[in-house]
Amino acid sequence: MLGKIRSGLGRTRNRIQHAVRQLSGDTTVPEALEALEEILYTADVGPYSQELLEKAETAFADGTLLNPQALQTWLQNELEVVVLDPGDPLLRKQEAGPTVILMTGVNGSGKTTSVAKLVFWLQSRGQSVLVAAGDTFRAAAVEQLSTWCERLNVPLIQGEKNGDPAAVAHDAAVAALSQNVDFLVFDTAGRLHTQKNLMAELDKISRVFNRKIPGAPHHSLLVLDATTGQNAVRQAKLFGECVPLTGVVLSKLDGTAKGGAVLAVGRETRLPVLFVGLGEGVNDWEIFQPKEFIQALLSPRS
Amino acid sequence: MLENLTQSFSKALDRFRGPGKLSEEQVQEALREVRRALLEADVHFQVAKTFTSRVIERLIGQERLDGVTGVQQATHAFQEELTRLMRPEQEALPKNPGHPMVLLLAGLQGAGKTTSAAKIGLWLKKRQNRNVLLAACDLQRPGAVDQLQQLGLQLGLDVHAEQPGPGVDPIGVAKRALAVAKKGRYDALIVDSAGRLHVDAALMAEIQGMHQTIQPDATYLVLDAMTGQDAVESAKAFADALPFHGIVLSKMDGDARGGAALSIREITGIGVSFLGTGETPTDLEEFDPGRLAGRILDLGDVVGLVEQAQEAVEEKDRTQDYMRMMQGKLSMEDLLDQFRMIRKMGSMKKMLGMLPGAGRMSGLLESVDDSEFARIEAIILSMTPKERLHPEVLDGSRRRRIARGSGTEVSDVNRLYRSFQQMQKQMKSMGKMFGGGRGTKRLLKQMQSQGGLPSMPGFPGVLPPKKKH
Repeated sequence: MLGKIRSGLGRTRNRIQHAVRQLSGDTTVPEALEALEEILYTADVGPYSQELLEKAETAFADGTLLNPQALQTWLQNELEVVVLDPGDPLLRKQEAGPTVILMTGVNGSGKTTSVAKLVFWLQSRGQSVLVAAGDTFRAAAVEQLSTWCERLNVPLIQGEKNGDPAAVAHDAAVAALSQNVDFLVFDTAGRLHTQKNLMAELDKISRVFNRKIPGAPHHSLLVLDATTGQNAVRQAKLFGECVPLTGVVLSKLDGTAKGGAVLAVGRETRLPVLFVGLGEGVNDWEIFQPKEFIQALLSPRS
Repeated sequence: MLENLTQSFSKALDRFRGPGKLSEEQVQEALREVRRALLEADVHFQVAKTFTSRVIERLIGQERLDGVTGVQQATHAFQEELTRLMRPEQEALPKNPGHPMVLLLAGLQGAGKTTSAAKIGLWLKKRQNRNVLLAACDLQRPGAVDQLQQLGLQLGLDVHAEQPGPGVDPIGVAKRALAVAKKGRYDALIVDSAGRLHVDAALMAEIQGMHQTIQPDATYLVLDAMTGQDAVESAKAFADALPFHGIVLSKMDGDARGGAALSIREITGIGVSFLGTGETPTDLEEFDPGRLAGRILDLGDVVGLVEQAQEAVEEKDRTQDYMRMMQGKLSMEDLLDQFRMIRKMGSMKKMLGMLPGAGRMSGLLESVDDSEFARIEAIILSMTPKERLHPEVLDGSRRRRIARGSGTEVSDVNRLYRSFQQMQKQMKSMGKMFGGGRGTKRLLKQMQSQGGLPSMPGFPGVLPPKKKH
């Protein structure tokens, strides 16, 4: 994961490097703080930056942090605390019956592509998977998912165009039980967290699942676009109010975006990042590694 | 949208209340908060810095003018600088386009290109009466071609599409779409392209090739309003590859703080042309920096409000209806009519949000629920035609029936009836106030010709208090 993120984060790292290098020599404390502020904000760390800056100010007072190496180590430690380890095992499987995974997120965050990648990941671990298309709203959303399912050779449950996604959830639960699959992955329509009726729909979907399969959905993931800024926190909070989120998928980390917003998300919601999406292929999918993520953000070019 | 930014600005402005000039330190202190708010609204780091220092410079050097309060003066400075920051160099659409006018959309994956293509197509059709052809040149994402075709069908826009397969490349599709547009009587062609990363050299070369081939009159960068600091980064890289006319900022209906909108022009020189403001295809606005600055500073967006009203009010001359209503001859049908008209203008929340001072009542806005309208509508629809025209016949048993029929409580029906009576009374006294028949008629004509809001008297009173469930 480190290499791939690194190549994507190249530019960012250069900027951070530049800012860190400014610290050498006869840097004054205000200058150092300003450099640090730039590092944090341009990485989308957001309001949490203020807190870190205050901490840093205290730490700078005795002069020990006023060199790049010390600052880097200090930042690494501070940031690592915020990002949670995805835990082990990832996406724990139910002892009996299908394990249901609900995929949520705003429009265009990369839900459907992430579903495909997740299915491939589960398949490559010898798990049988069933997919259901809960996006009955967006034009051709089902076509997009069914293309993926054909490629992956996995069965797809779909409903009527503009039909009730909760009905799809019902059919999917029944099919998952009768076919006795290991995992059921349910794709939902993209929705902005400010659309109350659509958010209520999510709650309905998860209630339907729970009626058919006790405890389902067992994992509800929020797909978060790595380019998202501070709005990510709002998304995590408001989606979390409708379905008990269990983790984040950080998509599109192969660009120049740093995904620093997950620090803010982790801090505010304690939601761990489970996977990162690094491209358009089904294989461009990795388990999130907090240490390496932060390291990739701060370490020198290798 | 933008509520947090609005609140921070109004907090900063509060510091300019009171007599006397602010000291340099006080101005700087006030602007520190603004800067922080900008950063937390995803405004680019450098831009936030430049903006605040510009405003500080202005406010420190400025003498207090006679008859102007400190708040007014500071507001003015903020508004001008915000507007200046965001003002695009050119209009939303290209000047002197060829025939057909060709528009190309490009951007990252998931930015909202396909939806925006359809929205702009509909906009051109409705506003400019253009015959639009959409070209489906995203052969990358599964289902993208289907999506544009379905949107075209839904909106009555023609689509040139070829199913992805060997030998079908996006540049070829674009070229053939242009030929079709030229041959058919189309006067606008909108080309949708695949999402691509600005660091993907091969795909960036491809979009350059497409640009070269079709020579569009304008190329737009589609950008998600929720993008963080990377917005500027990717916009810069895209701008290195293509000459952009403007930006289509999508998903502005979420609570994104739109910091990208404030940053990109300053750094790349590319201004915002259009805003995507909702999930329906008509939710597209031409970007107006002055209006957005006004909204951020909580000065309201009265122009936007009137525009929406104008579009919804439309077709039918309602003078006769209003005349009748102002004589106190109001029926439940009229009420229903009014509600439907209001709903056509968009959501209540969105409209209230455009009123001056809306930022200070954001708590109230939270509680406005458009489902209340649905409830009132359900109640009226459960009435017989006779009951609607002569609500005075509504006795206890009729009210119980209506409540059952509309899935509400008798108390809801009662409340609606009481509000209706009040409205009737108000209308009557208003009618008298304007001097009866002729005066009323003249007033109404005037209001309609100016595109002003048709009267919605007593309107807040009609809403039954929100029930706790």
